[in-house]
Amino acid sequence: MTGAAAPRDAVEVLVGFTRRLGDEGVVVSPGRVHAMLEALGELDAGSMRAVYWSGRVTLCASPEEVERYDRVFADYFSGHRPRPRVRVQLPEPTRPVAVPADPSGRSEDDDAAPPDRLATASRMEVLRHRDVAELGPDQRAEVHRFVSMLTPAALERVTRRMHPASSGRVDAHRTVRSMLRHGGEPAELRRHRQARRNRRLVFLVDVSGSMAPYADMTLRFAHAACRARPGTEVFTVGTRLTRITRELRGRDPQAALSAATAAVADWSGGTRLGDEVKEFLDRWGRRGTARGAVVVIASDGWERGDPALLGTQMERLARLARTVVWVNPHRGRAGYAPRTGGMRAALPHVDQLVAGHSVDAMQRLARLLAAQPAVGDAVDHA
Amino acid sequence: MNDSAPTAAPEAPGELARRLDDAGYLADDGLATAAFLALRMHRPLFLEGEAGVGKTSLARALAVVLDAPLIRLQCYEGVDAAQALYDWDFPRQLLHLRASEAAGVTDVDRLEHELYDRRFLLARPLLRALETSPSVLLVDEVDRADDEFEAFLLEVLSDFTISIPEIGTVRAQHPPVVVVTSNRTREVHDALKRRCLYHWLAHPSFEREVAVIRRHLPGVQDRLADDVARAVQRMRADDLLKPPGLAESIDWVTALAALGATELNAELAARTLGAVLKYQEDTDRVLGGVDELVAGGSGP
Repeated sequence: MTGAAAPRDAVEVLVGFTRRLGDEGVVVSPGRVHAMLEALGELDAGSMRAVYWSGRVTLCASPEEVERYDRVFADYFSGHRPRPRVRVQLPEPTRPVAVPADPSGRSEDDDAAPPDRLATASRMEVLRHRDVAELGPDQRAEVHRFVSMLTPAALERVTRRMHPASSGRVDAHRTVRSMLRHGGEPAELRRHRQARRNRRLVFLVDVSGSMAPYADMTLRFAHAACRARPGTEVFTVGTRLTRITRELRGRDPQAALSAATAAVADWSGGTRLGDEVKEFLDRWGRRGTARGAVVVIASDGWERGDPALLGTQMERLARLARTVVWVNPHRGRAGYAPRTGGMRAALPHVDQLVAGHSVDAMQRLARLLAAQPAVGDAVDHA
Repeated sequence: MNDSAPTAAPEAPGELARRLDDAGYLADDGLATAAFLALRMHRPLFLEGEAGVGKTSLARALAVVLDAPLIRLQCYEGVDAAQALYDWDFPRQLLHLRASEAAGVTDVDRLEHELYDRRFLLARPLLRALETSPSVLLVDEVDRADDEFEAFLLEVLSDFTISIPEIGTVRAQHPPVVVVTSNRTREVHDALKRRCLYHWLAHPSFEREVAVIRRHLPGVQDRLADDVARAVQRMRADDLLKPPGLAESIDWVTALAALGATELNAELAARTLGAVLKYQEDTDRVLGGVDELVAGGSGP
């Protein structure tokens, strides 16, 4: 990197700069680079300020990108050598997620190419109530395949947008339009009614050490939800909040989970749930991601930070979300009582506390999400 | 507007900042540069930031600077083409049809042609902005609209033309200056953002906040402006449901000035907190530490 050392062709230097931005995850299309050069042409191109602002308004599209832009800009134009990127170097197989896509050669699978739902389901009967933490790799792969077939989705809500329908209120516009077509003669009445949309589903998945045996299955569940309903948001919590919605967008669960694994920096660290729920609310939740949504938190509630902070943040969350569901793998054990500090602080603000240790629990969770208003004492916080 | 071009476009960001200042809007370096580039490159300016940091006011000030009418499209969930683009005036069309019938018009083709005439077309904000040159188009709170509308907006903002099947294509003589604002209650699609010049408006620094308050309320005591700006900065650092924006600090100062205050104290603050905080939980929280909030000091 010699951007600052020798006065080179300005375009070349800028293109180098946008490459570096790309490395940091700011997507820079050729059209954007062109826009930046155009912007630079309008400003006093000699000054650093002009370079900074022409790039910032054309290459960034969110405050997070502005942050990254600032960092790369400072780095690049002060002549620093780029730090090697940490992210890619993460050794993938250290994670439980990276289980081979296909379970080791099963003879009965060879003839039927797509996984046969019925066969899987019957094998599943044996496994369905077992705690996934106690399963071997083969059985676990089986469980994962089953979880990937679930279609978790939240209930619909009514929107303001009107759609043509056979019954409902009279649609004056379309009625009059059809009258015009018939020379002004009153023809049939056209009607419309309010459209329905899916309520957003938001997952906060704890990937810290104590949750390691379950995080994988929960993430697959979240991936299945993403596929069932676009608009689902997934975050991991641990020592820091990571949004993995983008990574989970792919069809193939294995590929999507590998991408998500690479994006998460804090696998198996401790948990600072309070801080992270706060960060989630500050950066996403309050602005709309949690508003009226069904929020699922998957964690065992082993809080390293201050439980009181978690309590207040859960209260904030409960006020924004329509329903808060807490999935705790230990809930499924006999004699479970919410004893951990975090769990006890959070409990008053949770609408449903459910188990999340087995396939059966995941299936119940999917049903619970789809039947939200009728179940239990779910309160409407909207 | 005289013989020459109505109002010359600014030549440099600094000049635009000066002229915005004359219009009652204090723009910092970055915002002035972003707005300047939007004018020069004929691209929409996408302003994102918390509520009450002055996104909408910028559009108003730009309209004053350019001496152009401000055309505003307020977005909401379910906003559609009939409310944003154009709509046919059906009742008038029907009346015209009946009147023609009564007069015994038999030329069907001509009648139909007449029915879809420009005079029966109701121009909504987007069409109006294309037909008015120059103009400033404010697409307010685009994050409240839904994805369908976003895609449609992108189409209009890409080439500044609207095609109406019955009439033809309407093209802007000079593309309007477009300001799109978002409170980020929802992530707006990348394609739309990338069509625009993006600027993130953060909460102002203490000095800027004082300057803006003084600019808006010239009659107010300097001491009061300082006190309020400091208190509001502290509130933002606190963990509130809805941190106050610039608009709220101005409201607060206005409220205090109406009570004849010259400085902020705990008692006055407690009485007027409703001007800044819009949630009961926030009010309770701030009231708990109201003494620290108004405590004097050199910085925020």
